[in-house]
Amino acid sequence: MQDVTPDNNQWKGPWQGPPWHDPSGRHDDVPNWVHHTRRWRHRGDGEPLRRHPEDRLAGGVASGIAVWRGWNPTTVRIVLAVVALVFQGWAVPFYVLAWLLIPAKGEQASIASKAKHDSGGVALALALASVLAVFLFLAGALNDGAIEQYGWAQVITVAGLTLIWRNAPDDERAGMRRLVQPLESLGASGKSARRATRLRLIGSAVLLAIGLGWLLSLHGGISLLKPLGGFLLVAAALVLLLGPWWLRIARDLVFERQGRIRAEERADIAAHMHDSVLQTLALIQRRAEDPQAVVQLARAQERELRSWLFEGRAPGDTDATSFADGVRQIQRDVEARHGVPVEVVTVGDCPLDEHLGALLAAAREATVNAAKWSGAAVISVFAEVEPDKVNLTVRDRGKGFDQEAVPGDRKGVAESIRGRMSRHGGEAAVQSALGEGTKVTLTMPRAARPEAAGQAPATDGTRR
Amino acid sequence: MSAPRVVLVDDHGLFRSGVRAELGPRVEVIGEADDVGPAVELIERLLPDVVLLDVHLPGGGGHAVITEVKKEHPDVKFLALSASDAPEDVIAVIRAGARGYVTKTISTSDLADAIRRVADGDAVFSHRLAGFVLDAFAAAPSPDDVKPSFDPELDQLTTREREVLRLIAQGYTYKEIARELFISGKTVESHVSSVLRKLQLSSRHQLTRWAAERRLN
Repeated sequence: MQDVTPDNNQWKGPWQGPPWHDPSGRHDDVPNWVHHTRRWRHRGDGEPLRRHPEDRLAGGVASGIAVWRGWNPTTVRIVLAVVALVFQGWAVPFYVLAWLLIPAKGEQASIASKAKHDSGGVALALALASVLAVFLFLAGALNDGAIEQYGWAQVITVAGLTLIWRNAPDDERAGMRRLVQPLESLGASGKSARRATRLRLIGSAVLLAIGLGWLLSLHGGISLLKPLGGFLLVAAALVLLLGPWWLRIARDLVFERQGRIRAEERADIAAHMHDSVLQTLALIQRRAEDPQAVVQLARAQERELRSWLFEGRAPGDTDATSFADGVRQIQRDVEARHGVPVEVVTVGDCPLDEHLGALLAAAREATVNAAKWSGAAVISVFAEVEPDKVNLTVRDRGKGFDQEAVPGDRKGVAESIRGRMSRHGGEAAVQSALGEGTKVTLTMPRAARPEAAGQAPATDGTRR
Repeated sequence: MSAPRVVLVDDHGLFRSGVRAELGPRVEVIGEADDVGPAVELIERLLPDVVLLDVHLPGGGGHAVITEVKKEHPDVKFLALSASDAPEDVIAVIRAGARGYVTKTISTSDLADAIRRVADGDAVFSHRLAGFVLDAFAAAPSPDDVKPSFDPELDQLTTREREVLRLIAQGYTYKEIARELFISGKTVESHVSSVLRKLQLSSRHQLTRWAAERRLN
């Protein structure tokens, strides 16, 4: 067992070398085979081999190898597991050695280099390894050697894990804690926990005793079914003893994975924030002396962010698919082109058709008129989809106009709004008073379309 | 009338100090908190006239604060405000007991006015909240939508209430609404309060389910 630590110095070289393109030119430490593998196959990430503790099942060795070579981590894990079975458990100590010797990503020193100075840990590792060795020796004397085949390799594993446990950074230790949990749970405090543990212990002890007795009584080999029964009892005992722990590990793994997914989502959001919000804030700072432009930028950004957050629309995705979308599109366009804020409230929604398209065109004209002529600081647009009709009002508190006195060359209201609405069976009413603002009310009946009613998102499922 | 005593609850320190500075002498800001736990403790200790409450808080959202405080002190009044108003969050805060909802883009004088009105026991609806409420009450409830033991009045808006909400959604002030509908300002306020009561007490599944459906679309 003393082999473990002294060996470190020989093993450390290749894995602890400086990063590949190190400007300091200290590649001398890196043996030639490393260069060769690199040139031979340029997949991977071009970095030296590092463990990836953030994507780990145990020590992150498999994912480290996977990233290093550009393979799939799951494939690497399966290969390692198969190798461990084929070589009678000898892959496990090698895995633990790799865990010890390969530095984690973003760190220079391996765990082994820290463990060297941990004399208490080395002593503990040796002690545990020797206990296991004695046990294996005894077991080997009593049995026919099946345990030994797999067991002896684990002497190194135990020592290695002890060293890792004592010297790993906190976050890796948290992962290892799961390995120790069944022992902790045996001595767990709390009345119910203790009673459950005692029951489990008694149950598994009884099953173990029966199962082992059965197995031993069959020494000499009689029927084929009987040893199977004994084996099943032993297995049941193990499941009873360790089952809750396995379940907990599985659950923890799920939680951990969820946490990782959440972190990725946060990164996505951060990226979006940077591309949109931070860029806009920078623009705003640069144009701070122009309040109009600042307001316009802020409003445009608010729109975009809102549609991204609550409607799941990517910025720049502007094709209106529903009536409410169309209204918001008017808002965006008018705000962008005329720099006047438009407050939009929509109630309900329905799919667009030719008539509602006309209504939207009239509403756009009314909104643009208000932005151009009224001088109001803000324009309110309110749209409500009812079962039998759609109402839309465009209102401003601007200077208003005298409808009798509108010169003949201003065709906006007459043609674009009234004419368009009446052609599609709708109505338009314009109220305006000098000094008090203007209100344009548009009403369009909805054709009786059962399928349209079914598709109306906001009312779907509520009318039935 | 003395300035209302206000506690600010918002997780953005910058926003809190901005509001505090802008409101100036019109209200008396007596405390600030940035999370659910500290906010509840502070409010129960200071018992302010109005709590200006962000809809989105890290430790469970604004409605958690309201629910917690209302257990012991049902008289504390809340005015919700937020920059990002997902309808379900806003409705949740109102149903928890907030007396109104305004967006963070509101002008300072309007905000001071809204705080004053909430302190006086009135309800404050922004145009956006009016839209949400109309939407939530839009469809007639189906018979199985309502628990039978409840007052069916609560599950429908009256024609007048709808008219008032529509005008609020169009950006009308209470005074303008009163003139438009030929009613008094007090009547407008009582309509709005009545809508708020229905919003909070209605047993319509609609109100909760509506929010979920909005989210999906």
